[in-house]
Amino acid sequence: MLDNITYIRAQFPILHQEVNGKPLVYFDNAATTQKPRQVIDALKRYYELDNANIHRAAHTLAARSTDYFEATRKTIQQFINAKEEAECIFTKGVTESINLVAQTWGKANLNAGDEVLITTMEHHSNIVPWQMICEEKGAILKVTPINNSGELLMEEFDKLLSTKTKIVACVWVSNALGTINPVKEIIQKAHSVGAIVLLDGAQACSHMQVDVQALDCDFLTISSHKLYGPTGVGVLYGKRELLDAMPPYEGGGEMIKDVTFEKTTYNEIPYKFEAGTPNIGGVIAFKFALDYVNELGKENIAKHEDHLLKHFVDGVNQINLLNNNAINLVGEAKSKVSVQSFTINNMHHFDVGMMLDAKGIAVRTGHHCTQPLMQRFNLEGTVRASFALYNTTAEIDTLLQALSSIVKFSNR
Amino acid sequence: MTTTNIQNEIIDNFSLFEGDMESTLFYLMDLGKKLPTMPDEHKTETYIVKGCQSKVWVFPTFIDGKVYFEADSNTEITKGLVYLLWSIWNAQTPDEILTSELFFIDKIGMSRMIGSQRSNGFANMIKQMKLYALAYRTKDA
Repeated sequence: MLDNITYIRAQFPILHQEVNGKPLVYFDNAATTQKPRQVIDALKRYYELDNANIHRAAHTLAARSTDYFEATRKTIQQFINAKEEAECIFTKGVTESINLVAQTWGKANLNAGDEVLITTMEHHSNIVPWQMICEEKGAILKVTPINNSGELLMEEFDKLLSTKTKIVACVWVSNALGTINPVKEIIQKAHSVGAIVLLDGAQACSHMQVDVQALDCDFLTISSHKLYGPTGVGVLYGKRELLDAMPPYEGGGEMIKDVTFEKTTYNEIPYKFEAGTPNIGGVIAFKFALDYVNELGKENIAKHEDHLLKHFVDGVNQINLLNNNAINLVGEAKSKVSVQSFTINNMHHFDVGMMLDAKGIAVRTGHHCTQPLMQRFNLEGTVRASFALYNTTAEIDTLLQALSSIVKFSNR
Repeated sequence: MTTTNIQNEIIDNFSLFEGDMESTLFYLMDLGKKLPTMPDEHKTETYIVKGCQSKVWVFPTFIDGKVYFEADSNTEITKGLVYLLWSIWNAQTPDEILTSELFFIDKIGMSRMIGSQRSNGFANMIKQMKLYALAYRTKDA
């Protein structure tokens, strides 16, 4: 558990403000997490002291910013236990990472009649890039269904998986439901039919221990901003043999070895996929977020978040006992992280979100970029509360109290 | 009553809450209930004003130089705002609708509902009602 929550909260300046006259309660962590002082200072320091373009000039600032940039690559390699740093490519985020794989690996490897296997609980960013490349190549998109608790139906996965399957693109942890998918089993089964596996790690990486070698996943995608780091920075991990064989994504500076008007030869990985000047300051600051999470310890963070989730669900059950089950929990998988979707009888999720905001409580409302998942549950959207390492049970009590009064209003 | 007078009256009523957002929202949701029922047959794709989360329907008619609206929303807070807008613009001339400034929204603390939020249909509803007024004025000329 996280012992000194007051000290932890003190490191997140944004938390200490009032919204609509009430202390801010930030429960929209699955959309983006807040940044600790270390990350904010690193960003500021970069622009005040080190700003220079990387991998190019001979001057001192350029050398310094290049060193810091590459230090983040080393840290992310260790964070996910990749075999080598070159297997970690910096992108803008998970969306770009998935599009990169779909447009390069997909372009080179998918043919008419091949199948791409995803799941019902994918974020749009792990659906649309595959639809686009499938349409272009005449490949077929298949979808593994889920049960009413929001868990994958693995017997259906087994039926859909075949030698036609070329890639399984699967979310590790669902952003809308919090479900932790059995990715180890998925990877083993996919490999047994010769398919590779891309994991959408957007939500997973802030909650779970990540070891790409133990998992044996072929691609893993990460967003810094969901891991207490800056926005506009992400990572694509890929096995070297796959990345080496893939054609480049964007053409431009950095990604070339030699350019003539007749022919261009491409740089080695990771640079082959890093055309143009990246978000240097963001990447440098991302290291401080990773260090921060390492320092607190993933296991401690997970225990704290599990405790928060249990506190919330217990509180909802209590409200339901007194109010005729007015709150419906959406996503009750046995194995899940601290994300809870719900609806309230006779109340639109948009109204619930506005009323919670009036109390200073930030939650997400809507379809969470998972429209097919919402359709599966016959919902237009939900209210989603997602808890992070700096949240407290007292904050959850504030949310429960607000929900209780909304439920009473809806019953009038 | 002129649209300015109606808006001033709305602002007076909301000033009782002294900017407390929660009371404002509860009051808005109660106001929404006063909106005359819109017949389901008018809630068609043609008369929908789309927003990502809250939808609005507006059905106009033009009688004796005045525009009459039926309106509804699928969310309660937006419906309250729809009621206010309806109370200002219903049975007004196209000219009055086209020239009136909607200053009440900001004054009751709801300016975010007409901002860049693609999540609600209210902002688009204002545009749509003005478009109907413009169409009737052009037709009437």
